[in-house]
Amino acid sequence: MKEQELFEHKIENEIKIEPKDWMPENYRKHLQRQMSQHAHSEIIGMQPEGNWILRAPSLRAKVILLAKVQDEAGHGQYLYSAAETLGKTRDIYIEELQSGKAKYSSIFNYPTLSWADMGAVGWLVDGAAIVNQVSLQRTSYGPYARAMVKICKEESFHQRQGYEIMAHMAQGTPEQKEMAQDAMNRFWWPSIMMFGPHDGESPRSGNAMKWKIKRETNDDLRQQFVDKTIGQAELIGLTIPDPDLKWNEERGSYDFGTMDWDEFWSVVNGNGPCNKQRIEHHISAHENGSWVRKAANAYAEKHG
Amino acid sequence: MNESLKQYFFRIGDSNLIIGQRLAEWCSKGPTLEEDVALTNISLDNFGQARILFSHIAELENNGKTEDDFAFRRNEREFYNALITERPNGHFGDTIARSFLFDTFQLHFYTELCKSKNEFLAGFAEKSLKEVKYHFRHTGEWIVRLGDGTEESKEKIQESINDLWDFTGDMFATDDNIDALTKEGIAPDYTLIYQKWKNTVNEVLKRATLTVPEDAYMQKGSLDGRHSEYLGHLLGDMQYLQRSYPDAKW
Repeated sequence: MKEQELFEHKIENEIKIEPKDWMPENYRKHLQRQMSQHAHSEIIGMQPEGNWILRAPSLRAKVILLAKVQDEAGHGQYLYSAAETLGKTRDIYIEELQSGKAKYSSIFNYPTLSWADMGAVGWLVDGAAIVNQVSLQRTSYGPYARAMVKICKEESFHQRQGYEIMAHMAQGTPEQKEMAQDAMNRFWWPSIMMFGPHDGESPRSGNAMKWKIKRETNDDLRQQFVDKTIGQAELIGLTIPDPDLKWNEERGSYDFGTMDWDEFWSVVNGNGPCNKQRIEHHISAHENGSWVRKAANAYAEKHG
Repeated sequence: MNESLKQYFFRIGDSNLIIGQRLAEWCSKGPTLEEDVALTNISLDNFGQARILFSHIAELENNGKTEDDFAFRRNEREFYNALITERPNGHFGDTIARSFLFDTFQLHFYTELCKSKNEFLAGFAEKSLKEVKYHFRHTGEWIVRLGDGTEESKEKIQESINDLWDFTGDMFATDDNIDALTKEGIAPDYTLIYQKWKNTVNEVLKRATLTVPEDAYMQKGSLDGRHSEYLGHLLGDMQYLQRSYPDAKW
């Protein structure tokens, strides 16, 4: 059997593709882009939550948040390692992030303005990420699928912690309620846009579906997230900021309003409130650590 | 509860809380992803140790106060953390030097505190010692790597240690209260801890090809709640939500 046929046979029969297997160049490139973007999102995602560690309102909340952000660093490490199996080093992936060649999830270009945002990020942002990641547990590339299995376990924990913060605040003082609703208002639309453009307008979806890198379409995943989240919001008395939201008996799903794709693309292309800040923070930490990494290497060379 | 014991619990707990908060500032700023996680792991241990002490005070006092009242509702002058713990992070070398000098103190302090006649303190010390052994190994290894790494790193870490040296004496400070606890066998003998600390620091700095600074004037004051200007800002951040919304539960 020719290489290409063997590859297609494996995809067809749900056999995972492994690092040493032959794969089409575009399959490799697609994965390099998607997996590194995923890793970068974990790392850049540390910043908006890191913004509240020092100001967390209780010691318990502080250690939970700090541990959560550490988990994200761990997920980043794990995903970079998995992406390295595709023949590119972590250093190169990081260069691509810093030069703007590689992207990360646009949601992290929004600022976290109150403690309730820690709830919204955990509940909505991680909640949306989980829907996507659960689906990716069945992705065709072995190392990526295994990374997702591991990551999903921790993420569902994070989501519960986020919801707990939100529930607490939504039932707290009038000021806390206001913070909770405000966080909901700011994070709802960016969260549902995390799934990406509509299926018809997602240029790379075709191949990704054919190769089973993606297992479900953007719109299907988005619908799953909307359907599971609305009940959770109602339960704690928060309003979803969408007047068009309505149960559709026939579809057995919620219909929802039109997303503002101009804003989405504008943020992806660099105009979000925090794009510059996030990358500058990453570059500055990287540069400040340069003498430390050099020293560690020099020491290792001297002492083997 | 016994006021003198309470004061002593704050002394130990506050140092942990404050250095934990400082190390948490490193989150997303570490020189490598691995080191980012390592520094915040130490921070989490420090917070954990502070919480054990604060909740124990709350439990003994049994007047409705919680660990959070002690962390978020006290003013600068009511904190008793060692001065070195509130020093700003500076660059990575400054942070490592601060942690190394403090971790070495905690290593010997907890080793002795395990023998305390106060059962709670002895148990607390035993548990904490396990964590601190790891902290000491981690920061000690960095001292050696930076000291014996490049010219630049050697110069930097030497300067960090020199700059922090004046603040080391305060870790071993005692007052009438602590002296009395030492007599009762509750607190350890701080002159002994100082000797052991000095030996270990000398040893590690020698391995790192660094120079041990000469003892000059030592800063003091933390046992009276007299701190640097830095502490107020640290608390300003840390206490902001609890202070702004005193009626809220989080």
